[in-house]
Amino acid sequence: MQNRDEIAQALAACGYIADGELATALALMQMLRRPLLLEGEAGVGKTEVAKALACVHTAELIRLQCYEGLDQSAALYEWNYQRQLLAIEAHRGHADAIEDQIFSEKYLLERPLLAAIRRAQPPVLLIDEIDRADDEFEAFLLELLSDFQVSIPELGTINASTIPHVVLTSNGTRELSDALRRRCLYHYVDYPDVDREARIILAKVDGADASLALQIARMVESIRKEELRKMPGVAETLDWAAALVGLDVRDMHDAPDVVHETLMCLLKTHEDRARFKPEVTARLLGRVA
Amino acid sequence: MSARATTSAFDEFDDVSLRLSTKLASFLRTLRDNGLAVGLAEGQDAAALMAAGYAARPPLLRSAFKHLFSARKSDWDKFDGLFDAFWLGKRVRARSGVTGSARAASNPSLKGLQDAQSERAGGHSATDEAPSSDDEPQERGGEGRMEGASRAENLAEVDFRKLANPEAIEQAHAAAARLAKAMRTRLTRRDLLRRRGERLDLRRTIHRNISHGGVPIALVKRRRKHKPLRLVILLDASGSMSMYTAVFLRFIHGVLDEFREAEAFLFHTRLAYVSDAMKEKDAARALDRLSIMAQGAGGGTKIGESLQTFNRWHAARVIHSRTCVMIVSDGYETGDADLLGREMAALAKRCRRIAWLNPMMAWDGYAPEAKGIKAALPFVDLYAPANTLSSLAALEPYLTRM
Repeated sequence: MQNRDEIAQALAACGYIADGELATALALMQMLRRPLLLEGEAGVGKTEVAKALACVHTAELIRLQCYEGLDQSAALYEWNYQRQLLAIEAHRGHADAIEDQIFSEKYLLERPLLAAIRRAQPPVLLIDEIDRADDEFEAFLLELLSDFQVSIPELGTINASTIPHVVLTSNGTRELSDALRRRCLYHYVDYPDVDREARIILAKVDGADASLALQIARMVESIRKEELRKMPGVAETLDWAAALVGLDVRDMHDAPDVVHETLMCLLKTHEDRARFKPEVTARLLGRVA
Repeated sequence: MSARATTSAFDEFDDVSLRLSTKLASFLRTLRDNGLAVGLAEGQDAAALMAAGYAARPPLLRSAFKHLFSARKSDWDKFDGLFDAFWLGKRVRARSGVTGSARAASNPSLKGLQDAQSERAGGHSATDEAPSSDDEPQERGGEGRMEGASRAENLAEVDFRKLANPEAIEQAHAAAARLAKAMRTRLTRRDLLRRRGERLDLRRTIHRNISHGGVPIALVKRRRKHKPLRLVILLDASGSMSMYTAVFLRFIHGVLDEFREAEAFLFHTRLAYVSDAMKEKDAARALDRLSIMAQGAGGGTKIGESLQTFNRWHAARVIHSRTCVMIVSDGYETGDADLLGREMAALAKRCRRIAWLNPMMAWDGYAPEAKGIKAALPFVDLYAPANTLSSLAALEPYLTRM
C-alpha cells in the first residue's frame, strides 16, 4: 500500500471522500513512518480521517481522547488494584511471593497507548484533541512517538511489537510545542468545497438525490460565509441533509419555511439563530440555483 | 546552520544527483529564511522522497513537501507560493514573501535600531542591569525580592506622565520589570501552600504496604497538581495613552518573562499579537520591536473591534478557565460603543476575571463618562487605576485570590 493512487482508491472504497492532498499525506505517513498531525476547525472531519485510515489498512482503530489532566494511568497503563488487593488477601502469610505475583502481566490493565504498541497487527492510533491535554503529557507523548517503548517500573521496558499508524488531531485551543510539530507530518483540514460536500452528503445520507445534495452544499457554503459565531461543520450539514430528506423536501425552493425552520441543525448558538431571520434565509436561498 | 551537514547526508542516496541535492539544500535554506522550522531529519526525508520518484511529478512533490515541512497553518498557507517560486520559477503575488527578501529589506533598519538602542542604553546600563543580577541568587528566597524594590520607593507615588528626565523614566522601567518578577514569585509560593489534595494514590499505597502483608496501613496520598494562573494582557497603545504605554510595555515584558503562561496583545485601531516580540530576552530590543508595532495608524481607538478580533481569532487559544484578562486602556472608544459592550459580554463568559486598568482614573475630577468605558464596566471584575508603581503593586493581592 505504498502508492498514493492506491490509497486514494482505497479511501473511496471505504466511503471517505478525500481531497487530493490527503492521499499524499497518508502515503507519506506509511513511507516515512511519521505521525500525521491534523489541524482544522471543529467539525471538518478530522476524526473521520483516522477511521478511514483504519478502514484502508483494515486495521483496528485505537482512540485516545485527550482532556485536561489526562495522565499516564488513563493513557498508558494502570494496575488492577481490586485484583491486587484480593490476591494479597488470598496469599496472606507468603509476603515474598506476593510481590512478584501482583506485579505481573495478569494484573496490568492496558490503556490505549500501551495497547497500540502491543498488537500483532499495526493498529491506527488516534490521539484526539491533543491540544486539550497539558504540556507534560505532550512531552511524554513525544518520547513515546520517537522510541515506541514504554518502561513500567515494576515490569521493565516494553518494546513495541508493531509501530502503529499515529494520527493526532488538534482544534487549536492551545499552541502545540514545536518539537511535536516537527515530529509530525502536517495536514490542514479545511471545510470541503461544494462539490466534495455534495458527494459526502450523497455517500452518507440515504435517500438524498444529487440535485438536493448540491443545493444543500451550496447553501451551507454561503451560510459559512456569513459572520457566524460558530460555523457549521460537516456533521451539521449531514444532520441537516437527513432532516430535509426526512421531511420530504425535494427542492429547497419549494419549501422555504421548512428550510428556515430546520436551520437549527446548523446554527448552534442563540446569537446566530437570532441573526438568521427568514429574510436572510430567503436571500441566501435566492443565490442557490 | 546545518546546510552543509544536510548536503552530506544526502550523499548517501546514490541515485539523487549532486545537483539536485544542492538545489534541495538551498530550498531548505529558503524555507528556514521564511520561518519554517526545518531540521536535519526533514531534509533526509525530503531526499528520500525525491529518490522515491516524487521528483518526477512536481505537483505531487509539492504536496508531499508541504506535509513534511509545514508545522502550522501559517506555514501550510504560504508553502505553495514558496515552492512554486523556488522550483518552478513562478512569481508569487506577494513578492516580499519569497526567499527572505522581506527580511533582507528590514534587516538593516532593525540592526540600526539595535545599535542606536545599545548606544542609548550604554549610559544607563548600571541601573538597567544591576538589579537583575542581584536577583539571580535569590531566586528561591522570595523575600529578598521585596527588599530590592526599595530603590524605587521615591518613585512609587509619582504619576507616570509626570516623569520627565530620562533617568527617572529608566528607573521606573526597571521598577516595573522588578515588580512583574516579584508578583510571579509570590504568586507561586502562595498557590503551592494553599493546596493540599486528599486523593488516595492506590498504586503507591499497595507498594508501600506489601511488607506487612498488603494490609493498607500507611496510606499514600496524592496532592492536587499546581496549575499556574494564565494572564492575558491587552494594552491600549493609542495616542491618548501614549504617556503610559512605555512603562506598561516594560511591565508586560517583565510579566511575560516570568509567568510561564502569559500572552500579550496591543491594540489601537487594530489588534496585534505581541507575545513573540515580547519574549525577546533583552528588554531594550523587545521594547524597540514593540514600539514599532505600537505605532497606531494615527487616530482613534477601536476597542470594540479589537476585542472582536481577539474573541474571534485568539480567545479560543489563549484563554482557559484559569485566565485573567487584563485590559489597560483609558476607555476612549472612537468606534461603536455597543459593539464594545457585546464583545465584553462574550469575553466575560470565557474567562475567569477581567481587570480593567485605567490610568486616567486617578486624575482629579475623572468620572467614567466615556461611552466606551460605560458599556464595558458591567463586565469588569476589577476597575483600578494604574498610573503609579504602587497602584500596579496593589494589583497583586487581587491576582493571588484567583
